[in-house]
Amino acid sequence: MNFPENLKYSKDHEWIRVEGEYGYVGVTDFAQNELGDIVFVEITSLGQVVKSSDIFGTIDAVKTVSDLFMPVSGEIVEVNPEIEKTPELVNSDAYEKGWIVKVKLQNAAELNDLMDAASYKKSIGLA
Amino acid sequence: METNTETLKYLPLNDVHVALGGKMVPFGGFIMPVRYSSDITEHNAVRQNAGIFDVSHMGEFWVRGEKALDALQYLTTNDVSKLEIGQAQYSCLPNKQGGIVDDLLIYKVQETDYLVVVNASNIDKDWAWMTANDPVGAEWENRSEQTFLFAVQGPKAAGMLQSLTSFPLDSLAYYTFTRTEFAGVKDVVVSATGYTGAGGFEIYGPMDQAEKVWNAILEAGTPLGLIPCGLGARDTLRLEMGYSLYGNDLSDETSPIAAGLGWIVKFNKEFIAKDLLAKDKAEGVKQKLVAFVLEEKGVPRSGFSILSATGEVIGKVNSGSISPVIEKGIGLGYIDSAFAKIGTEIKIDVRGRQLKATVAKLPFINQSVKS
Repeated sequence: MNFPENLKYSKDHEWIRVEGEYGYVGVTDFAQNELGDIVFVEITSLGQVVKSSDIFGTIDAVKTVSDLFMPVSGEIVEVNPEIEKTPELVNSDAYEKGWIVKVKLQNAAELNDLMDAASYKKSIGLA
Repeated sequence: METNTETLKYLPLNDVHVALGGKMVPFGGFIMPVRYSSDITEHNAVRQNAGIFDVSHMGEFWVRGEKALDALQYLTTNDVSKLEIGQAQYSCLPNKQGGIVDDLLIYKVQETDYLVVVNASNIDKDWAWMTANDPVGAEWENRSEQTFLFAVQGPKAAGMLQSLTSFPLDSLAYYTFTRTEFAGVKDVVVSATGYTGAGGFEIYGPMDQAEKVWNAILEAGTPLGLIPCGLGARDTLRLEMGYSLYGNDLSDETSPIAAGLGWIVKFNKEFIAKDLLAKDKAEGVKQKLVAFVLEEKGVPRSGFSILSATGEVIGKVNSGSISPVIEKGIGLGYIDSAFAKIGTEIKIDVRGRQLKATVAKLPFINQSVKS
């Protein structure tokens, strides 16, 4: 499993890649592997401000469904248009083509509460 | 997962599954492989080629002696007297309230020897129920822990397995079986049955030979595309066919008539709760298990509400997933009988979104069951 160094990770198994005042959010390689084949990603919060740790959507795998939790507070400004047609991108390319939402950060200080790659790996028992 | 791991049992081949990359999860009281590669890959392998499932968690009881037939006639709903040696029958165990203790397969192995195959999560319950309610005193033996069960399912299963036995596998008709030497092991039951609708075989033998047989099947089948498959694919495969799953679609409270299992309830014999089931059949039931397909994008899950086209709650989803073949949300659920006609427009409440669905004919896919 792969956990890029340039991302921050939440205990709910989301990652965020910060670009200026925006961040791209997806689920980790560990999460997609636990869920299995992703068949549907439903984002109900486009245009809304979602607080850190609150639900911003759901992700359906063949076998199970899981809520998606915001790693930091922010406004959902974009949903990855590719994953509506090709949700399996979340499985095949969790950190690049499989990003789920783009958010406008509300409080960049919250990023300090997230884990780096090494801490995240440790939290899932891989280090 | 909030499961008490202390009470979970391991399959004898647990280490083999882990070595094959199996992701192991609790199910039915056992630690079972849910997938080795991906649910959809494994599903499609079974539909197009073949896959092997280790379902040794299932229970096997032998019922023997002159009284075996009478015992099974009284305990089960289907007509066991119709079975010839070498034939299998799908049936269920009614309880005294007209609900279902379990659904099961009965194999007639010899004139007075029957093999009964039950769900893993119900082994103890069924054993207690059957032995306590046997009215005639047949000879019972619980061989669940001594018996392996591998399901090799898919249209190419016979070709993959033929090198392991001299018995002509293509000659086995659906729901018939043979007891033969297989992979060098004597008295293996090879049965043209399964829970996928894809054709293929279920193979029963002594647990101490399980690893030998598993390895022989993989060695013979892997070059032809056989892959190990887990419970994830098993569930979507059975759901595409509309096969009920005990614990989801069947329970101690559901009538086999309401569950769409009227075809395995035969009233030409005496059995537990015959009168109650006859009443269900004659007077109709309030709710029936129906199949439905989503007309909008979404995945129905167990527990979601089913609504009429005008928005009143008429039932709930018991089993739901996505069909990898038709690529739509599909499911089974009990709804008010007035809405149960095929083609009726209904809605499924998917986390607050009311998605259009239609009561569907089974199976969901075009698949002729043939082995």
